[in-house]
Amino acid sequence: MFQYQFDWSVVLTGQYAQWIVDGIKVTIQLSMASIALSFLMGLIIAVMRMSQVAPIRGIAHGYLEFIRNTPLLVQFFFWYFGSYQILPQAVNDWLNARDFEFAAAVIALTIYTSAFIAEDIRSGIRSIPKEQMEAARSSGFSYIRSMQHIILPQAVRLTIPPLISQFLNLTKNSSLAMTIGVAELTYQARQVESYTFRGFEAFTAATLVYLVMSLVITGLVTLYDRKVLSPTGMK
Amino acid sequence: MDSWFGFQVIWDNMAHFLVGRYPSGPIGGLALTLWLAVVSCALSIVIGIFVGLLCVSQNRFITYPVLAVVNCIRGIPLLMVIFWMYFLLPAFMGMVVPESWTVIAALTIFTSAYMSQIVQAGIEGIPRGQTEAGLSTGLSRNRVMVFIVLPQAVRNMIPSFVNQLVSLIKDTSLAFIVGVAELTHVATQVNNRTMVYPAQIFLFIAIIYFILCFMLTSYSRHLEQKLAYRKAI
Repeated sequence: MFQYQFDWSVVLTGQYAQWIVDGIKVTIQLSMASIALSFLMGLIIAVMRMSQVAPIRGIAHGYLEFIRNTPLLVQFFFWYFGSYQILPQAVNDWLNARDFEFAAAVIALTIYTSAFIAEDIRSGIRSIPKEQMEAARSSGFSYIRSMQHIILPQAVRLTIPPLISQFLNLTKNSSLAMTIGVAELTYQARQVESYTFRGFEAFTAATLVYLVMSLVITGLVTLYDRKVLSPTGMK
Repeated sequence: MDSWFGFQVIWDNMAHFLVGRYPSGPIGGLALTLWLAVVSCALSIVIGIFVGLLCVSQNRFITYPVLAVVNCIRGIPLLMVIFWMYFLLPAFMGMVVPESWTVIAALTIFTSAYMSQIVQAGIEGIPRGQTEAGLSTGLSRNRVMVFIVLPQAVRNMIPSFVNQLVSLIKDTSLAFIVGVAELTHVATQVNNRTMVYPAQIFLFIAIIYFILCFMLTSYSRHLEQKLAYRKAI
């Protein structure tokens, strides 16, 4: 260990550096696609979860509990290996003609993260006191309008920090996509390691990239808490 | 397709899912998953309390470096921590480390970072008056922390500890990556051997994890309600 000669040029220049850069690109693409879809899906589940109709509420609740209490890796394998049994033939053909691994990863990440996002959105909305709604209704706003003008603007402000930390979790979780062969950052680091035996350098590079992403985003959230939420007295 | 929709495969491999190749080989499957989770949980509670105490220290030369390390660990994926342990442990220990201990080390380091945050929040949640009262009866600062603040704080932390155990049980599935034969790894083996029923196999595995984790989540909710009730009176 202590006689180890570091050779940082392996991950800083040439072909292997290019692999790492490619990995970063795929990680960002994978995360962005899954963030957009999981936000949309989380919103739908959150609305279902607060529905007046008991069966809809029940379905959303069951979905949330099942997804949140199951490992992401098992969900990856389920969609990756099992999709040909579950999805219609046409969808499978369409995915196979493109990038099937990538699609399976997006599906797994979206479904997993949407369950966490739905709960964050719901608790954001529930944290607005009921009196706000009653006051809005009694001053003549309809239910939809009071949601739109009174409840949601406040709830969104409160929900932004937990949502962003979910997006950050998603980005970190996207590293699991390497297990089904998506060439994202962790996968590429491992590739570099097995081609060069420079595991230390390769994993340092990948770790630093994840770290910079996390710290910058966490820093921004802290700033938001201090500059935006604290002055309003909401936190 | 047989009339069981492939669930016969699961029934045939049930022993494999539950205990791996035991008793003719090393223990695996669900039993190993539980072992990894419980050992890492116990270790990370101890380390988490210790690190959490360092985080609330009065000395900035202690808190800043400790918080920096904790935030760095929280900033990287668990998979990275596992790879690091896979490389570093044999180098530091100067010997071959069994894969299951590599995973336990990685899970412990990763979870301790999260546990320390729980401990920190728990300690900060105890009213200041407790510390002041303790100090004014002549106890030293350390004794006030250990005998007065911490015991009350730990009681409030138990639901969060249980939630971390749930995360740990889910995270043990990543042991798959270094070839530890826990539940998810066994499932991929069975899947590779049978080839035809992946959806059934992984759904079954998911249900096992779900039953375990859901029981614990419900228990932690129950504890939270009990605590809230106790605070209300």
